[in-house]
Amino acid sequence: MELNSKTAVELAKLLDSGKVSSEDITRACLDRVESVDPQVHAFLSVDREDALSQARASDARRTEGKSRGPLEGIPLALKDIVAVQGQPLTCASRMLENFVSPYDATAVERLKNAGAILFGRLNMDEFAMGSSTENSAFNRTSNPWDLDRVPGGSSGGSAAAVAASETILSLGSDTGGSIRQPAAFCGTVGLKPTYGRISRYGLVAFASSLDQIGPFTRCVEDAALFLDATCAHDEKDSTSLPDQETDFLKKMGEHADRKWKIGVPKEFFAEGIDPEVRSSVESAIRYYEEQGCTVEEVSLPHSSYAVPVYYILATAEASSNLARYDGIRYGHRAESADNGIDLYYQSRGEGFGEEVKRRIMLGTYVLSSGYYDAYYLRAQKVRTLIRSDFDEAFAKVDCLIGPATPTVAFRAGEKTDDPLSMYLSDVYTISANLAGLPAMSIPCGISSEGCPIGMQIISPVLKEAEMLAVAKQFEDGHDFKGLTAPDRLQGEGAV
Amino acid sequence: MNYEAVIGLEVHVQLKTASKMFTGIPHRFGEEPNRLIDPVVMALPGSLPVINREAVAKSIQVGLLLGCEIAKTCKWDRKNYFYPDSPKNYQITQYDRPLCLGGSVEIEMMGASRSEEGSHREVALTRIHLEEDVGKLTHFDEDSLVDYNRAGTPLIEIVTEPDMYSADEAFAFLTALRRILVYGGISDCDMEKGQLRCDANISIRPEGSKKLGTKVELKNLNSISGVRNGVAYEIARQKKELSEGGTLVQETRRWDADRGMTTAMRTKEEAHDYRYFPDPDLMPVSVSEDWKAELAAVLPEVPFDRQRRYQSELGLPYSSASVLISDRLLADYFEQAVKTGGSPALLANFIANDLLRELGEGEEGVDISSCRVQPEGLSALVKLVEDSVISNQIAREVLAEMLASGAKPGDIVKEKGLEQSSDEGELEAICREAIAANEKAVSQYRDGNPKAINAVKGFVMKATKGKANPKIVNEIIERLVSE
Repeated sequence: MELNSKTAVELAKLLDSGKVSSEDITRACLDRVESVDPQVHAFLSVDREDALSQARASDARRTEGKSRGPLEGIPLALKDIVAVQGQPLTCASRMLENFVSPYDATAVERLKNAGAILFGRLNMDEFAMGSSTENSAFNRTSNPWDLDRVPGGSSGGSAAAVAASETILSLGSDTGGSIRQPAAFCGTVGLKPTYGRISRYGLVAFASSLDQIGPFTRCVEDAALFLDATCAHDEKDSTSLPDQETDFLKKMGEHADRKWKIGVPKEFFAEGIDPEVRSSVESAIRYYEEQGCTVEEVSLPHSSYAVPVYYILATAEASSNLARYDGIRYGHRAESADNGIDLYYQSRGEGFGEEVKRRIMLGTYVLSSGYYDAYYLRAQKVRTLIRSDFDEAFAKVDCLIGPATPTVAFRAGEKTDDPLSMYLSDVYTISANLAGLPAMSIPCGISSEGCPIGMQIISPVLKEAEMLAVAKQFEDGHDFKGLTAPDRLQGEGAV
Repeated sequence: MNYEAVIGLEVHVQLKTASKMFTGIPHRFGEEPNRLIDPVVMALPGSLPVINREAVAKSIQVGLLLGCEIAKTCKWDRKNYFYPDSPKNYQITQYDRPLCLGGSVEIEMMGASRSEEGSHREVALTRIHLEEDVGKLTHFDEDSLVDYNRAGTPLIEIVTEPDMYSADEAFAFLTALRRILVYGGISDCDMEKGQLRCDANISIRPEGSKKLGTKVELKNLNSISGVRNGVAYEIARQKKELSEGGTLVQETRRWDADRGMTTAMRTKEEAHDYRYFPDPDLMPVSVSEDWKAELAAVLPEVPFDRQRRYQSELGLPYSSASVLISDRLLADYFEQAVKTGGSPALLANFIANDLLRELGEGEEGVDISSCRVQPEGLSALVKLVEDSVISNQIAREVLAEMLASGAKPGDIVKEKGLEQSSDEGELEAICREAIAANEKAVSQYRDGNPKAINAVKGFVMKATKGKANPKIVNEIIERLVSE
């Protein structure tokens, strides 16, 4: 197997043994990007020389016995929504097309300190608004399993790059499912930690009370490595959690043989779910039963409100968060404006894409006087109810398991004219964001058309180690570990 | 018909903190444009605000100084509006739950003369909340430039009830408020540097009416006297308008200090919808009883309480007490001197008259804290007067020398031979000489003009170069003229 298709855990052993160097691995990833990305379009840009010089510095550290840990020398690609000093930060928007960040996000700083080779800017839906990466101002990313299909979104580039073996790990962000849904569509592991686990400082805000950074990996243990490197209190983010316990890789091992009490939310198997997805997830649940776990049906009665609540709260916050893009201090500035007001209208009119404008208008509307109580305030109340649904469920079970998405990856263009049906592809993932819970998607099957199917695990607040252990138990009994898209992408246009 | 004016003020005060409201960069006046900036100030993508604890602490202290009810949690809201001086295009502020509610500011009206105390009363406050300042725009013919140095400076907004009824009251309010805030180390309140800014809401109504009249908001009151003059002009304008049969419109007007008049800015309040909502980037700060107690413990006695204490406990006249409390450094200096010894009245006199005058004549920017004469030195000087070593008059000379050379008063007196003469034999001889030289004055005195004897005393003082003990001189002259 090529170096670029391996997992971080495997590569760490190879690096330790001295059989390969970080430069070898990084070069393998960069070469892979060169050969397949013209078809996948996962990356918006790659700074090859910078990546190689990081790799050489990492190899030098290792030689000097100064390895920074299990991620030392491992290539990790970044969604174009986290700030890296001296690198572009476009959020896949014309608005920030030429913006270069003068500072590092805290998560980036921590990954650098862990020795990871941070490279590339991954495509996404503009400002993380979308579920297919078709809202990128620059490119449509293809699903490596079927280039006519979408990779999901908004972190579509992050999912596709891992699935296509263009990187070992990637970083994404999840506001309503933007990690788990593309992970499910591309057959990778995708994890959204508890809200507040990973600092949001340097993560460009879409909806501040929902946004979380998380990893895309090819195995469960790699996700634990990512969390070990990034989870920590950060005084630059007031919403980051203090006094966190981490050490996830070790702790998930300690939970390895537990007989879990698993809850299956009946609302996640209601109408609209693809039969193949349903049967695949159901058979995964049976596997847990065979391992001695207990399974019981639970109810999340308010989950049907999750999508509307989300589109009120997320757009309200977004309308305010995106007000700073005005063409005054940085970013796109219209050239023909006659006065201050025109400068705003034209710069924002030209800089933002359609979906971003739609959400800004929606958010502005729900915050307007006269509508605030009926929409924003009401939605906040329902958000509390959704949270207490989970509290009640977790009083009985250790975690919840269900599908990550109602269907497998859909075809490009299929939903672009129907925002509502696009929004519904996040119907199972949004609740975890509203409740601030950790949740992840792992591959649990392949559809008859050859598309990956994702299973979602949702755990109580701060129970990431337990959640990883639940995921690992399934992974250990199946062949999905190290899963990548079937190698039809051998470059030279061969598909 | 007689009209009564009703005035409410909105006062913005920049807090004196080491850093800005939501980031670690400092704030100060007079820096090169756009030097006090960082990713948070410039609202770069991905930047996040972090609450400045010192700013919250100082705001709580303002509430404690002004007797407000302090909220148990300090919660943050976003006020959304587009303006180029606002980097995020929203301001982080406190909307429905301000940190401080109610409270009042004690004011003192001007007395009939400097030595007479005017009346006191409390002006009621509505609320005080904490927010961030914006940047500064400078407009040119073709362009506008923005300086973000000021953006993000911690700012409190103090809103009064419509509880002032004349320009003089508004002036007294701002004077008193500013003094308390400077005392408490909350702000330097320098209006020229924009550290204290004030808008006034002014209306008039028929005397005896309870209903408020049409409100005019007055802006650009850039100095404390600007507040007095602007408010006075506006009240007069409104009264004139109504008594001439005109009507008033709700509008915003601008005080033009150069022309001494107010001009209309905009007639109707623009229909702003600020779309306030709780800031999801910030957690509410809880204000514990312990924290409040800790903050209260370091607050100074407020100025008018000091003034009362100086008058009632230390027996100072209003004229000295009011001068001393006008500046906390002065008052602290005075109290330190009282502690090290000496009559409070004499100390107050030397500070309020001589020391202040000497400092005023000295270099710019030299205040009492950097004065060469420390409280201990002044105490020693006053002791010399009390012990009749030197007279008041000589003491002034000694003080000037102390300020010039930094020497100790005892040393100066010795070195220059300024000890007061109390040798009765020697003094009697001089007194006889004085009486002989002023026969006319002595006979006038004997005829019942008590002031006439001053000529004799003056002669003695001149002859002794001021060193004669005035008390003994008085006794001797008294005895000699009645012989």
